[in-house]
Amino acid sequence: MTTTETDTLRRILDYSSRADPYPLYAELRETPVARQRDGSYVVSTYREIAGLLHDPHISSDVRNLARPMPSHAGESTPAFINLDPPEHDRLRRMAMRHFGPPHTPGLVTGMEDDLTAVVTTLIDGLEDKERIDVVDDFAYPFPVAVICHLLGVPREDEPRFHLWVDALINSIDYNPETDPKEKLENGLRARKDLREYLGGLLQRRHGKPGEDLLSRMANDDGPDGRMTDEQIVATANLLLIAGHETTVNLITNGMLTLLRHPDVLRRLREDPDLVVPLVEELLRYEPPVHIIPWRAAYSDITVAGTLIPKGAQVMLMLASGSRDPVRFHEPQRFDPDRRDNQHLGFGSGIHLCFGGPLARRETQIALTELVRRLDRPQLVTDPPPYRRSPILRGPIHLEVTQGG
Amino acid sequence: MTSADNLRAFKREGRIVIVGASLAGLRAAETLRDEGFTGSLTMIGDETCEPYDRPPLSKQVLTGWVPADGTALPRRREIDAEWLLGVPAAGLDLAANHVRLADGREIPFDRVLISTGVRARPWFVESEAALDGVFVLRTREHAEGLQRALAAGPSRVLVIGAGFTGSEIASICRERGIEVTVAELAPAPLVGALGAMIGEVASDMQRSHGVDLRCGVKVTRLEGDAQGHFRRAHFDDGTTVDADVAVVALGGIRNTEWLRGSGLAAGVWGIACDTGCRALTLDGLITDDVFVAGDVARCPNPVYEYRLISLEHWANAVEQAEVAAHNMVSPQADRWPHLTLPVFWSIQFGVNIKSVGVPTFADEVVLAQGSVADHRFVAAYGYRGRVTAAVSFDNAKWLDHYRGLIETAAPFPPPGPTPDQPLDMKPVPVDFPGPQLLAQGATVVVTGHDPGERRVTAAQQHHR
Ligand SMILES: Cc1cc2nc3c(=O)[nH]c(=O)nc-3n(C[C@H](O)[C@H](O)[C@H](O)COP(=O)(O)OP(=O)(O)OC[C@H]3O[C@@H](n4cnc5c(N)ncnc54)[C@H](O)[C@@H]3O)c2cc1C
Repeated sequence: MTTTETDTLRRILDYSSRADPYPLYAELRETPVARQRDGSYVVSTYREIAGLLHDPHISSDVRNLARPMPSHAGESTPAFINLDPPEHDRLRRMAMRHFGPPHTPGLVTGMEDDLTAVVTTLIDGLEDKERIDVVDDFAYPFPVAVICHLLGVPREDEPRFHLWVDALINSIDYNPETDPKEKLENGLRARKDLREYLGGLLQRRHGKPGEDLLSRMANDDGPDGRMTDEQIVATANLLLIAGHETTVNLITNGMLTLLRHPDVLRRLREDPDLVVPLVEELLRYEPPVHIIPWRAAYSDITVAGTLIPKGAQVMLMLASGSRDPVRFHEPQRFDPDRRDNQHLGFGSGIHLCFGGPLARRETQIALTELVRRLDRPQLVTDPPPYRRSPILRGPIHLEVTQGG
Repeated sequence: MTSADNLRAFKREGRIVIVGASLAGLRAAETLRDEGFTGSLTMIGDETCEPYDRPPLSKQVLTGWVPADGTALPRRREIDAEWLLGVPAAGLDLAANHVRLADGREIPFDRVLISTGVRARPWFVESEAALDGVFVLRTREHAEGLQRALAAGPSRVLVIGAGFTGSEIASICRERGIEVTVAELAPAPLVGALGAMIGEVASDMQRSHGVDLRCGVKVTRLEGDAQGHFRRAHFDDGTTVDADVAVVALGGIRNTEWLRGSGLAAGVWGIACDTGCRALTLDGLITDDVFVAGDVARCPNPVYEYRLISLEHWANAVEQAEVAAHNMVSPQADRWPHLTLPVFWSIQFGVNIKSVGVPTFADEVVLAQGSVADHRFVAAYGYRGRVTAAVSFDNAKWLDHYRGLIETAAPFPPPGPTPDQPLDMKPVPVDFPGPQLLAQGATVVVTGHDPGERRVTAAQQHHR
């Protein structure tokens, strides 16, 4: 393997590439499976990524990595996203019972009115403002309110876990060679604090069946039995983080993309039904999750002619796969009329995003309403400033003027 | 005129006739218009209603969840066709290029697509089949009648045949709290399609859901009461079962009789075609104006040694329809081969069963992932050391991986390990029931001596 490939990944992880990593992804795709100097493998082409997402010889359990990950140290009860079958299947099933079909079919559709109400209230507050920050004023508070409501976290606690989630996300991609130890420690502490906090909430739910997910998980038995308290906390922890950062980025990336494509923005205002294929295209073109960084080869496997040895870390470059010209016609074009749009925005296979249906609906409602009600919005800076993470990628602020 | 001009003219103002106006027929029509065919399009169908979907008939309709007339197939675009419904096609004249209808009308065509599917195999004694309370399940009317009979709260339902349809019906009966007896000639349910190992799982599933499952028995007689209502079934082991409803689920008969004398290679196994869905004549020559798709087609698959395979699978009907339609209006160099591996799904007793590949094309089977006891697993099938199919129970998300193994002729058993690899991962013989099925079927005789005069003609079937 040449060092250019290693350099390409480094440049992607480097903050200065955050605004536009796509040319670097194109460079990566020249070598679909690239071994890195540290022994990990980066996979960047659609077919190979999709193959690995369905490959039972790839493990999601970080304990199967040849070299353990510092940011997951001391985790005794991983959430199902970090587990393999059969434990993964069982825990995901038990959580899914309360989150969607077939046992709770109306969950997402039943929330539509609430979602619209939150969105309407938030936009009501923006109407007279000449300058708004789409992130702080809208894209952040909306999904957070939704996931807190769903789980049963009191609104007044939201600010606290905003801090925890920030520290936690910040430490996900911790690199001992370049990052200060503090970053890792903050993350680990936040993880612990969040768990304790959720554990406390859970204690008060036992014996009190209610509508929120925490009380349902604490009190309801399905064919697989009941989750332990540790498992419920791990699951709630996962849903909070996943149902939060990703949707914020999806909405923000969406608004940014629309502002960059005024013709599409205009079409959406005139034809709100366009939002359905538009959000799909967004998940392909500007997805919130760019990389799945920590899959492990459970046995030796050969992908596109390259042997990935057992135990090696495998990084799946989802956002690169979704722009692979071998799979998508004119992949660099944002085209809400695109057909056969099987993007990797929510991953695929057994770990296919659990909250996908909710995230879709939240984003559909958010974008339709923003576009309908903001008065001739204009982007202030392009590109906007980005969050640190190359994994969960999105602007940290998105300043927009209106009425001008 | 060059052939390119011909094709352009045909695309603009040619006449295409589709015989069999159901899933494959409708999807073909939509594809023809998508591909820019602006000529005249005629849909011939013997059912009177608009095209509808069949899988929900044995699932949502029988539970009473969806009414039988709520299963219309979604229209993906306008097809602007002339619909001749309620009259079957009775003949195909390839010299005059027309389809003859049962009422005597002759419908001319430049190209024709045949998608007449299969019909339910009826109970073999006509007077017994006519008893009140005896059902088959293929059409909307069948589903409606059966759902009404189930809603009336029968004391017991007898299902004859434990293939996919029979097993789904048994599952629905249990879901509705109805006592059900399943009678199957083979040693277990689903054995004919999936082999002995899965058959055992299927038996276990049925019994644990309270089905009175009787395998290795043959139903010999259906007995009615004085009012002509079905009451009792007699088995070849001398036992009987009392029930008010009997569902005959003994598979299908391909609708090819109307093609007798047409010169096409049409018979009990379907209509032979190439991978481009062009029909073969009895001699094995390719016709260029007759195409086939869906349950009635018998298509070679290179992955399975070019054997002609007919499938009663929803996805197969859709894919063949699209390939056939595309090829009907495309020049030779742009034609597509139908090479998609078959996939099939079924839902019964709360378990989602899905397969990829052709499980009957196998000599061994191995549990590759999961656990049989939990009814959650993937089984891989192999033939002479390569992977040829896979079946999942509540584990469908892995099947894409196995599709890749089949397409690339990966070695069998598939290499491990996986995190959920079973301890007892040892291939066992696949064990399908005997070859008596293979022995029946169309036979032909070859006549003539010189290459110029050698021809094949269909022989009348020896058995009834
Ligand atoms: C109860 C049931 C459940 C099923 N469940 C599943 C499932 O879970 N998964 C799956 O993959 N598949 C399933 N299938 C199979 C699937 O429905 C078929 O593969 C599909 O319908 C095939 O479509 P087709 O258009 O080829 O044939 P058909 O749907 O059979 O259509 C053929 C049409 O042609 C008409 N016709 C016949 N002869 C003539 C004639 N001479 N002239 C004019 N018209 C004629 C017929 O009346 C019919 O309308 C199920 C089928 C049934 C019956």
